[in-house]
Amino acid sequence: MVSAKPVLEVHDLKTYYETLRGPVKAVDGVSFDVWPGERFGLIGESGSGKSTVALSLMRLIRPPGRIESGEIILDGVNLLGLPDETLRQYRLAEIAMIHQGAMNSLNPVIRVRKQILDGFQSHGINLDKDEADARIADLLDRVGLQPAVADMFPHQLSGGMKQRVAIAIAISLRPKVIIADEPTSALDVVVQRRVMQTLRKVQEELNAAVILIGHDMGLMAQFADRVGVMYAGKLVELGSVKNLFDKPQHPYSQLLMESLPSLDEKASFQSIRDLPPSLLNPPPGCIFHPRCPYVMERCKVEVPELIEVAEKHYSACFLHDGNGGMP
Amino acid sequence: MTVLLEAQHVTKIFSGGMFKTTGVVALRDFSLTIDVESPSIISVVGESGSGKSTMARLLLGLEAPTSGAVLYRGKRLQDLSRAEKHQFRRDVQIVFQDPFAAYNPIYKVDRVLEVPIAKFGLARSNAEKRALIEEALEAVGLRPMDTLGRYPHQLSGGQRQRIMVARALLLRPKLIIADEPVSMIDASLRASVLDALRQLNQQFGISLIYITHDLTTAYQIGHNIIVLYSGSVAEAGGIETVVKQPQHPYTQLLIDSIPQPNPERQWQDEAPASELGQKASASDGCRFAPRCPHAFEPCVQAAPPLYQTRPHQVAACYLYQEQPVVPSEKMDEVFARRTPLTNGKRLENGVV
Repeated sequence: MVSAKPVLEVHDLKTYYETLRGPVKAVDGVSFDVWPGERFGLIGESGSGKSTVALSLMRLIRPPGRIESGEIILDGVNLLGLPDETLRQYRLAEIAMIHQGAMNSLNPVIRVRKQILDGFQSHGINLDKDEADARIADLLDRVGLQPAVADMFPHQLSGGMKQRVAIAIAISLRPKVIIADEPTSALDVVVQRRVMQTLRKVQEELNAAVILIGHDMGLMAQFADRVGVMYAGKLVELGSVKNLFDKPQHPYSQLLMESLPSLDEKASFQSIRDLPPSLLNPPPGCIFHPRCPYVMERCKVEVPELIEVAEKHYSACFLHDGNGGMP
Repeated sequence: MTVLLEAQHVTKIFSGGMFKTTGVVALRDFSLTIDVESPSIISVVGESGSGKSTMARLLLGLEAPTSGAVLYRGKRLQDLSRAEKHQFRRDVQIVFQDPFAAYNPIYKVDRVLEVPIAKFGLARSNAEKRALIEEALEAVGLRPMDTLGRYPHQLSGGQRQRIMVARALLLRPKLIIADEPVSMIDASLRASVLDALRQLNQQFGISLIYITHDLTTAYQIGHNIIVLYSGSVAEAGGIETVVKQPQHPYTQLLIDSIPQPNPERQWQDEAPASELGQKASASDGCRFAPRCPHAFEPCVQAAPPLYQTRPHQVAACYLYQEQPVVPSEKMDEVFARRTPLTNGKRLENGVV
């Protein structure tokens, strides 16, 4: 279900980490919209800035990091302009996050029940015992867990169960946007499928938008409706999952697709040559030009903007400028 | 046939509790023969807790088996003399999972290459040492000029892992055990490490045991495969056969669960365990029964033996009880064999 107005708008977000040698531009001018009920994927390799985007959306960037500029508009309200206390009320209630290591995000000495209730209490919702029991049982049921799990400690649960508890907490106040940062990277594939299917089910029930952050192209293809590809702090391509996997437009996305091993046939492995650039001292022009097989003189000086290359499919590359033609 | 390393009915139980009352069977009745005359790549696949790393540690002599034996050139690892142990440490090499933790950050990367040369006396002069190092680096696709003299933090995970492969290669081992060598490396650089490992097998005739949880890379690199589940072999055989026509319900589940990078091929729902399976406990009978959609009466009685389902495939599952039983020590006889190297050319005989 997609309505007429995006639930989250990110405009020109810049998040830098201050170092002795100057700022590291971890996120450098990223813009995208997310619609209600949409599953939006943000894909990138380590160091691409995808997790910094996630933390910026929650305004959880700590010094030496800081959000340099930009806007994060959630349902008409710019989160970057809110006072801390108001923002604290927004977190979980309006925008919630599921972290990478579920085993680390739960408190090991507190029962699951109390950890779920914490969210209610910190948002001023005081439930009596019966109400609380009912709410917790309902939340656990939504993520496919038995009510008995409420009285357990995290170490009594498997990794997949802990990640479901994390999902239950994230949806407890029915947020409009759920950010899931590599929610299954510590899990085995069989468990990963179950957890992702659980996440999809609760997201559909709530009509919440999900931003899935990750590096696994397969997972994106299975889960997301629309995908943005990040490289060295910038969004280089944005499009529907079908278009992006069928016809990747940016040379980086193309090479990333080719580097994926498949189960269908044995092939020679393709690596992308050289390494991602240092974000302390990024190359001039297009950030991908030192590794790009189609590099032109222009790429070394000018910075390409995202342009619409097909319907609702954007790519930041000069090859789309007519005279270059598509690779 | 020259047997380098052999695991014979190896079982490893980790006991816990104050009086060693509780035990976890990490690996159960595992047999494998590494024949260096037909060097092949065996992929060992399993989820966490399947016993794949325990298997590696047993083969390397880092753990002693609870029962059964690991033999190096026909002799138990514990009984090796000092000289034999030295030779064993040279013949069998390991590449670990974490290319970040394997380095001492205050030394230049050159050191991980220089130490084994000194330890094993591989070079008589500095020039010879340098030549050996450069040759090994080039074999794994690294430019010595850009690599040597740098500190670990100046290199990517892919480069660091390839230096580890080069280090293993320096000693001209007969067997390399690689435990999840690419799981911490980005997709775009993963291929470079896998390629380096494949080169070692093709160019230098080194056998490889590639341990992973990722069936896709296992398929890409391996000739044969062993699927472990909860310490037991669930399925084994030639890699094309096993991946394209998996017989064991666990292998089928594993392959179904892999997220395909193709939005048109959507995940299917997982089949629930059969009614009997849901009541089964993993301790007696088949370890997979509690999750198995096909579990039936025999599965809860006793653990299944390996049944030969195809010429190059065995599966430990009662669905195939009509088929001939393969004793566990003969499991690897169904492997697709590669003929020995002759004049540097290999015939792809028997590899399906």
